[in-house]
Amino acid sequence: MDDITLNQNPKLGSVDRPNSYIGRSLTRDGAIKHLEGKGQFVDDLILPRMVNLAFFRSPYAHAEIKSININEAKKYPGVINIYIAEDIDEVCKPWVGVLGHLGEMRSPEQSPLVQNTARWQGEPVAIVVANTRAQAEDAVEAIDIDWLEKEPQIDMETALQKDAVVIHKELGNNLFWTRTVEQGDVQKGFNASSTVVETTLDFARHTGVTLEPRGIVADWNKSEEKMTIYHNGQAPHMMQHIIAKHFNISEGLVRVVSKDVGGSFGIKVHVYGDEMAAIAVSKLLGRPVKFVADRLESFTTDIHARCHKISGKLGLDDKGKIIAMEINDLSGIGPYSMYPRTSAIETNQVLNLSGAPYIIPNYKAVGTVVFQNKTPMCQYRAVGHPIAVAITEALVDKGAQAIGIRSDEIRKINFIPDNKYPNKTPSGVPLEDLSHQAAMNKLLKMMNISYLEKQKKIDLEKGILTGFGIISMCEVTNPSPLFYGAGGAHISSQDGATIRLEGSGAVHVSSSITEQGQGTEAIMKQIAADQLGVSMDTVRVTLGDTDATPYGGGTWASRGAGIGGEALLKATRILKNNILQIAATIMQTDIYTLDIENNMVIRKNGGEGISLKKLAETVYYRGQELPQGTNPELIATSSFFIEGIPFVFTNSAMGCLLSIDQDTGLTKIKKLWVVEDCGTQINPKLVEEQIKGGVVQGIGGALFEECVYDDQGNMQNATMADYLVPMASEMPDIIVDHVVTNSGRSIIGAKGAGEAGTGGAPSVIMNAINNALFSINKEVTSQPITPEKILRAIGKI
Amino acid sequence: MQDNKSIIISFTVNNEIFDNVMVSSRLHLGDYLRSLGLTGTHLGCEQGACGACTVEVDGKAVRSCLILSSQVNGSVIRTIEGLDDPLMEKVKETFLKHNALQCGFCSSGMLMTTKEILNQKKYFNREEIRTEISGNYCRCTGYQSIVDAIEESITTNMKEINNG
Repeated sequence: MDDITLNQNPKLGSVDRPNSYIGRSLTRDGAIKHLEGKGQFVDDLILPRMVNLAFFRSPYAHAEIKSININEAKKYPGVINIYIAEDIDEVCKPWVGVLGHLGEMRSPEQSPLVQNTARWQGEPVAIVVANTRAQAEDAVEAIDIDWLEKEPQIDMETALQKDAVVIHKELGNNLFWTRTVEQGDVQKGFNASSTVVETTLDFARHTGVTLEPRGIVADWNKSEEKMTIYHNGQAPHMMQHIIAKHFNISEGLVRVVSKDVGGSFGIKVHVYGDEMAAIAVSKLLGRPVKFVADRLESFTTDIHARCHKISGKLGLDDKGKIIAMEINDLSGIGPYSMYPRTSAIETNQVLNLSGAPYIIPNYKAVGTVVFQNKTPMCQYRAVGHPIAVAITEALVDKGAQAIGIRSDEIRKINFIPDNKYPNKTPSGVPLEDLSHQAAMNKLLKMMNISYLEKQKKIDLEKGILTGFGIISMCEVTNPSPLFYGAGGAHISSQDGATIRLEGSGAVHVSSSITEQGQGTEAIMKQIAADQLGVSMDTVRVTLGDTDATPYGGGTWASRGAGIGGEALLKATRILKNNILQIAATIMQTDIYTLDIENNMVIRKNGGEGISLKKLAETVYYRGQELPQGTNPELIATSSFFIEGIPFVFTNSAMGCLLSIDQDTGLTKIKKLWVVEDCGTQINPKLVEEQIKGGVVQGIGGALFEECVYDDQGNMQNATMADYLVPMASEMPDIIVDHVVTNSGRSIIGAKGAGEAGTGGAPSVIMNAINNALFSINKEVTSQPITPEKILRAIGKI
Repeated sequence: MQDNKSIIISFTVNNEIFDNVMVSSRLHLGDYLRSLGLTGTHLGCEQGACGACTVEVDGKAVRSCLILSSQVNGSVIRTIEGLDDPLMEKVKETFLKHNALQCGFCSSGMLMTTKEILNQKKYFNREEIRTEISGNYCRCTGYQSIVDAIEESITTNMKEINNG
């Protein structure tokens, strides 16, 4: 790949200069620690006097506690104490997972441990504190709880019926939240349509399966009244605020450290009862406490995702122009809305994003979110996108089939043209700087559809079902304060960065965005070195520590590069200006005649320069050599948040070629193409890796992953042997290319790239499978599209 | 509660000799190695499904969560911390070059499996590489960059072998 051509952003300066690092696929050198076993994950940490936790978790999806007997368990070897809800509630205030800016949300107070009634299987009930986790687990088995089992409400589709079990009596029914979005007049639109197509899709629950489970070490130091938290989370400052608030500790005396994080994908950005309970235990005992979930706990208590049933209708004229779209989405979120982001956002994204690439003058979307006795559901990588994209692109394909035009033609007819931005989604959300037409044209060249059509016919004659599909989509990235802050949640949409020149000439960067393997550290180095004019090895980076980094949101919603990167770019430009001002004084020249290259302040017209090391030494150690009044600031901080629009959208086009084995129902993905437009790519290789990893996560949801429950709310496959995740042997090589449309909202011009793959892959795979099945007049509408579902669809079973 | 006896065993880890040390009869090897400070061995599922905890025992890649520490009496063990021979140093460079890791939690196990692939001293095509690593779960990369890195490592290694 000619990486340098990807940096087409004139605001960043010439690419043909020394220390031009933005836009280059540089190696992520900091990652070597992981190849040497030197990462620092939460479970690697051992503190003096540290104790370990194990939880007694509800074996039932819905049951009332009649009595708890912990006497026998307390006698077990190594046990230090056992706590139940009333102990923990003394030091931890309950929380409520609602936001104020999206209409009424109703979710009850939630405490770390079950108070009276357990509402999902796996909900924490009691805590054993012991010297080792094994000892704690042994004692958990000796806790004796007398339960009164209650009928669970499992099925989201019956949750609002009159005879449904009401999970929270005080709410009167199981409705958490509902929202309707209307633009134009959808009924008139359908009346004016010559063709109306419909479909209903359902999406099973799946979950993050981060290879490193959730974990926390809480260390309450009573002498300083300080709580130090080592947490494998994504948003240290958010956690700092929440811990301070709920444990009644001064916020400045809560330090949250997130070192290496073994995958997060949105799973690790929420508040979990067991983690809050671990903090409570540290406060009660005055000792460091470790809790690291095991895999069973991960499956039954990490947030689940999706769990949607959506019906949609598309009205078109006889040329294939879309006139109206209507969707109706139902989602089940478990018994509580998660805190502090709520469990409404996935549905909200479905309402906002359906139809987003297209001009659709009349649009109506209804979302209904209900409670059920299953593990809580919340935001996970590509929040809502797989549902919004799949329903839109399934309907568009159906429209093309009904009218008799090609799947690429119908999209081209209906795209918002690349030169018509700024624009709006059919739901009314502002869009800008997108390139659906260019991306689709590039995709079609890569795929060679006419060849695929011919091949498909040849295959079909041989009895092989081959299919291909295409999609277009938008991805929400770089959210503004309108996402959470406007709703009352203390989740920062701003990020900050500090950069300093040190006495040795080294450059240190600290940023509020965090690293979970995306390459945050690497792109921070690239931005700093590029914009300052120093070599990459000069720069080191500190992330993930509320005591050591500027305040900010962290890494989620594909915001690290676009928001955190911009903050650093701005800070670096301030520092550069400060350095050049000092240099101009020392060198007795005008600042405009100077620049920085290769760790030296140089004279643009030639002549002797001064090294940054020498300049820094002068400022730090021999300030007397400088004239009075010289600004000695060799440190600069800057912050950034998105203004004027709710999100910075990106767009992608994807294609998939696959075959279906009619005897086994197995789908074999042969090729998967992605054309992505995320604006400036700070490191194209890392962007590509986000796309590929994201696609594979999307393939998981499309073909394999499902949290299977029985009718009593027991999760049936809560092991990695039973829950199928994508493994190497079933995955295709993925072909990625790009269109570059810089975001006009920042100097750096970067949009996010973390979630498009996961958002689009389920749709393009479903379209490709249905393209294959259309040859024999069959279809599938339910994800994961398992071999069994395919065999049922084609009538084999 | 099950019996928790102690057993005395001897073994070698990363060339360090452990002579007559006491291990708990219930402790699996992964937990035991981590208790020695060898935290580069990661536990992902503790049921042999994810491959993160893979270590080398007597020349073979083994799930350290599936054997008890008491079973390694007399064994020679190598963990990620001990993968410092020239061949594996080169493999690590190749992994970096291809960005064959993101969060790094699977990397120790992935490198252990790679070592076993390279030990076979033969060529594998991409599909075969995918099969070889199909017991190692990676949630981040989508595997392609890992396959790229292993493919290049095999090619480099075989060239060196063929060139004597």
